[in-house]
Amino acid sequence: MSRFLNVARGVAWRSIHNTLVNPAILVPSIIFPLFFLIAFAGGLSRISDVPNFHYAPGYTAFQFVFVFLQSAAFGGVFTGFAVARDFDSGFARRLMLSAPRRSGIIAGYTLGALGRWALTGTVVTIAALIAGMNVFGSGVQLLGLLGLGIAVNLVAALWAVGLAMFLRTEQAGAVIQMPVFVLLFLAPVYVPVSLLTGWIHDVANLNPVTPVLEAGRGLLAGSPVKVAIAFIGLIAAATVLSAFARRGLASAERAG
Amino acid sequence: MAVDLAADPPAGLSQPSGSVVDQTLAIARRAVVRTTRQRGLIVFPMVFPLILFAINGSALSAATRIPGFPTHNYRDFLIAMPFIQGAMFVSITAGVDLARDIESGFLNRLSMTPVRGEALLIGQLGGAFVLGVVQAIVYLLVGVATGVTFASGVGGALVLLVLSILISFAFASLGVLLALRFGTGEAVQGIFPLLFVTIFLSSSSLPRNLIKAPWFRDVATYNPVSYLLEALRSLVITGWDAQALALGFGFALALLVIALGLAQRAMKSRLTRT
Repeated sequence: MSRFLNVARGVAWRSIHNTLVNPAILVPSIIFPLFFLIAFAGGLSRISDVPNFHYAPGYTAFQFVFVFLQSAAFGGVFTGFAVARDFDSGFARRLMLSAPRRSGIIAGYTLGALGRWALTGTVVTIAALIAGMNVFGSGVQLLGLLGLGIAVNLVAALWAVGLAMFLRTEQAGAVIQMPVFVLLFLAPVYVPVSLLTGWIHDVANLNPVTPVLEAGRGLLAGSPVKVAIAFIGLIAAATVLSAFARRGLASAERAG
Repeated sequence: MAVDLAADPPAGLSQPSGSVVDQTLAIARRAVVRTTRQRGLIVFPMVFPLILFAINGSALSAATRIPGFPTHNYRDFLIAMPFIQGAMFVSITAGVDLARDIESGFLNRLSMTPVRGEALLIGQLGGAFVLGVVQAIVYLLVGVATGVTFASGVGGALVLLVLSILISFAFASLGVLLALRFGTGEAVQGIFPLLFVTIFLSSSSLPRNLIKAPWFRDVATYNPVSYLLEALRSLVITGWDAQALALGFGFALALLVIALGLAQRAMKSRLTRT
């Protein structure tokens, strides 16, 4: 167990350190969610005037939850890019040779993703509060929202790290990123699902991200909905994707 | 001693082979072939704006219920977006291609030949021009296929094509300028998010008069991208709006002239052998 923890701690430290000291990695991961928040909460706030749009804390809070969870997901995705980069540079192969418990590598990268998102999530939250976001949820409910963010980050990191280990090239970036991006934007991003019409309404109802987003918005508004469904879905996804990441690692081991 | 190879060659050196036009065509041919061979560079930048168009066209359709919204079909409003997003992807393609030539030393080797700087600059944009044309046609066809109708008729659709190609060319010039200034593909790609942000901070999702936050409305008003979008959009929603078109063509031409002018100066200094 201690060997597993040592590997995980070493990989996580390196992942976080590389993020913090490399502006080309750090700046976009902070700037992008901030601009999404500005563009959605600022530019689209008139959407809240659409008939039957009801969200008590207001449109900034409505969009904050999406951007908060999106930044969590992309914290995981960007870690997948780092894994792919490590394979391209040859570092990952040296790492696998030297790691006494290789499963610690996956744990280390996912911890790195969490550390990366801790910074982005904090910046986005502070920006939303400065912008005048209303928070109606209690302390426990806000912890629930944070828990959703951590679970989303874990799920996205396991997906991205697993796929990066299968593909082992930076060119896999689009393949890692696109499904996450599409799933996020096929959820009710701009208006509640009840106001969506046409195909997007049907797709949003089937999209597993929708209950997570609705649970997050409910927790921030102090009127929780679908919280259990959201957490059960995320735990199930994390379980399946853990196995996926382990298979990705096994594939990388076989490739040598 | 510095020798400016972009200027007339000194006595004793060979004269340029072929006219500037011949040189431009040769460089452009290489740029076009290189661009068309990189399918990843063509498909992803073309498909991504269409994905956003498909999703946001439905997800934001509730916006048409806001009093004063100019159309009942949100796709009519949104169709301008893919053209601008595509143009920004073209700028990155053009910039990264040239940056690769700089990094690999190809541009340095060319500087030892009699090829003129102007020919290199315009020729390098050949691939971006072809990509811009293909993208514009695809976006137009997808728009029409998904129910977008032109208030300005077929003539308006043709003007939209011309304007969008001009915008792509202007952004490609900007990409080439960035490549010449920074010299690495990583730096050009690093600036891409900043370009993309100009779309978000514009009237891309709502008309300026319906933007609620005053500071956002002001930013959108000072953002030239708003006028590029509004010119394209006017042909679909309004019909023939001379002011919107003048502003759109004006800003696109201004960007083209400024970026090309600065790129020419940057190219001259790149081709100056020390």
